[in-house]
Amino acid sequence: MNSLTEMKRRPTDWQGAAMQKRIARRYAAERRFKAIGMGAIILSAGFLAFLLIVMVGNGFRGFTQTELPLEIDFPAATGGVSSSQFEGPDANSNLQSMGLREIVDSSIDLQYGEAGNDLFSPGGWTTVNAMILADPKIVEQKATIYLPVVSEIDVAYKDVGNPEAEKRVSEFSGQFSTGFNWNFLSNSDATDPMQVGIWGAFKGSLITMIVTLLLAFPVGVFAALYLEEYAPKNRLTDLIEVSINNLAAVPSIIFGLLGLAVFLNFFGMPRSGALVGGLTLALMTMPVIVISGRNAVKAVPPSIREAALGIGASPLQVVFHHVLPLALPGILTGTIIGMARALGETAPLLMIGMRAFIATPPSGITDPATVLPVQIFLWSDEVDRGFVEKTSAAIIVLLLFLLTMNALAIYLRNRFETRW
Amino acid sequence: MKYEEMQESSESVNMTDSTTTDTTGETSAPKMTASHVDVFYGDKQAIKDVSIDVNMDSVTAFIGPSGCGKSTFLRCMNRMNDTIPIARVTGDIMLEGEDIYAASMDVVQLRARVGMVFQKPNPFPKSIYDNIAYGPRIHGLATGKDELDHIVESSLQRAGLWGEVKDRLQDSGTALSGGQQQRLCIARAIAVDPEVILMDEPCSALDPIATAKIEELIHELRGRYAIVIVTHNMQQAARVSQKTAFFHLGTLVEYGETTDIFTNPREEKTRDYITGRYG
Ligand SMILES: Nc1ncnc2c1ncn2[C@@H]1O[C@H](COP(=O)(O)OP(=O)(O)OP(=O)(O)O)[C@@H](O)[C@H]1O
Ligand SMILES: [Mg+2]
Repeated sequence: MNSLTEMKRRPTDWQGAAMQKRIARRYAAERRFKAIGMGAIILSAGFLAFLLIVMVGNGFRGFTQTELPLEIDFPAATGGVSSSQFEGPDANSNLQSMGLREIVDSSIDLQYGEAGNDLFSPGGWTTVNAMILADPKIVEQKATIYLPVVSEIDVAYKDVGNPEAEKRVSEFSGQFSTGFNWNFLSNSDATDPMQVGIWGAFKGSLITMIVTLLLAFPVGVFAALYLEEYAPKNRLTDLIEVSINNLAAVPSIIFGLLGLAVFLNFFGMPRSGALVGGLTLALMTMPVIVISGRNAVKAVPPSIREAALGIGASPLQVVFHHVLPLALPGILTGTIIGMARALGETAPLLMIGMRAFIATPPSGITDPATVLPVQIFLWSDEVDRGFVEKTSAAIIVLLLFLLTMNALAIYLRNRFETRW
Repeated sequence: MKYEEMQESSESVNMTDSTTTDTTGETSAPKMTASHVDVFYGDKQAIKDVSIDVNMDSVTAFIGPSGCGKSTFLRCMNRMNDTIPIARVTGDIMLEGEDIYAASMDVVQLRARVGMVFQKPNPFPKSIYDNIAYGPRIHGLATGKDELDHIVESSLQRAGLWGEVKDRLQDSGTALSGGQQQRLCIARAIAVDPEVILMDEPCSALDPIATAKIEELIHELRGRYAIVIVTHNMQQAARVSQKTAFFHLGTLVEYGETTDIFTNPREEKTRDYITGRYG
């Protein structure tokens, strides 16, 4: 000790060469760090941009359809019906009995010849059906209606199709037009790519997410609050903590098998329904919410709890008046992450039968349903080339759904954020 | 925190009876009495056989070197130590003859009767108004908006903060200065109309001017509430208190009139400590 204190210290040479070198090194290290950080940001932004551009570029065409004009001389074809019978509740059945489908077919024959029926999408008459329902006056006149072409020609017109279809495209070139594919937004799954729509899967996703949220959020939050605020700290709670952490890391397909074994086989719930899908995804989401919820609750300063206890708030009041509101933004962040993961999940839903071909949108939680990612998976598996752009279009819808959900959650989080 | 407590205490407590307590006639009977209190943290004993009376008409100061157990003892007096699972208290602490550790004592009601102000100002991240109104609300002390407004105003007035905040009651309590925050916390404690106020080093995070204001406030609150204050500042203890207790290594070395303790201590250790030869 003594020798140290006696040792003379040299005066520090702040201007010396060694010191300058050290300074230069420090600046260089900082510049390097900045460059690496920027590189990382640019790389990830680049990936995101690439993904979006490719998806939007491909998927955009899924929202349009190629159409050809068809002239239908209604008075001639029907022998002059009045428009009044196509108003009101019986309109649809009256159209059936009038034989609208045959009228459309014969009009096609008239205008495009024998091979004309290979030109138009088989479901094209439903477009006419919808138009008449919207405006019954059409049946009293001669109308030109644009109808979607068959998938092969659609592909050939938009891109490169098979030689047969390309030939026909050049045959009718100049007559084609491109319209917005409303069917894609209002229809459900179908065998003809021109008639498929995303609505059924969208609605299925929506219902499934609601089931998941209703179950996973309260259970997750209450579990987190109980574990953090009430549970005694002992072996058992440690064990529970470890189990929950492990549960969050379990591959999702395992949850699918669990759902299959428990909800379908044991409880006998309806297969393929949004109920079982939502329950299964809730199992998967709950651990994520519990973990993030516990962290958020832990982050609430103990001084706030003491303050409340100190003026005679009961432990329950401390939790619900102070801890929960302060932890809510963090809990919501965790919930977004969990829900986003659940929304994009395919594997567990395949296990519980949500991969079936479902042509009618579900109207309740027990109806057979499918969800967006499963629909994407199914379409990507189709051999028909018309499904390629539909797949991309469905991906866009899924991404938009995700963005809306996140935006909503961020809005909620900001609303509940406490400014200290 | 034990789960059973939550259930037994979740009902709000009506405190209106205690508001009529007459402060003048109570000089004889002590407000709080502790006898033979031991406190353990696990196996470690933090308080050894401490007996002390707290009176209504005097401010009691706890002094002593760091780690001697002042906070520990203070927190026993409103059972804030219940929140520490390993803490164990034996002996009797009475509030007006009622054992506060008895099974029949409702800890929530106890904490409303024995309020606490902490070392670091800890206002809720809510408006100034809500900070004060929170206690009366959960205990059902006000029947209407007007009465609540009145409680808020009078509490802030008694804490000497009304003039500074009356135009911004809706601002966040955390936006105030440190000294103002501490007075807000005192006002918050006053708002539930406690009988005893425990203060654990309430000025240690404050500058001299804010400290002077708090001391002045303690002066004015004296008589209306029994006040116990922990402090490291000898001058402060001498200025604000009438009784002083000197703690050392978990024992109560000396307890008496502040003037006696500071001018004529009985114990060697006390003299060493207050003359600065210790700690
Ligand atoms: N939560 C706890 N767990 C375990 N030991 C504790 C705990 N709180 C305090 N102690 C111990 O109890 C003893 C007394 O602590 P206490 O906080 O009461 O001292 P103090 O007199 O208030 O000190 P200071 O003046 O520094 O605030 C110390 O030895 C401390 O280490
Ligand atoms: Mg202390």
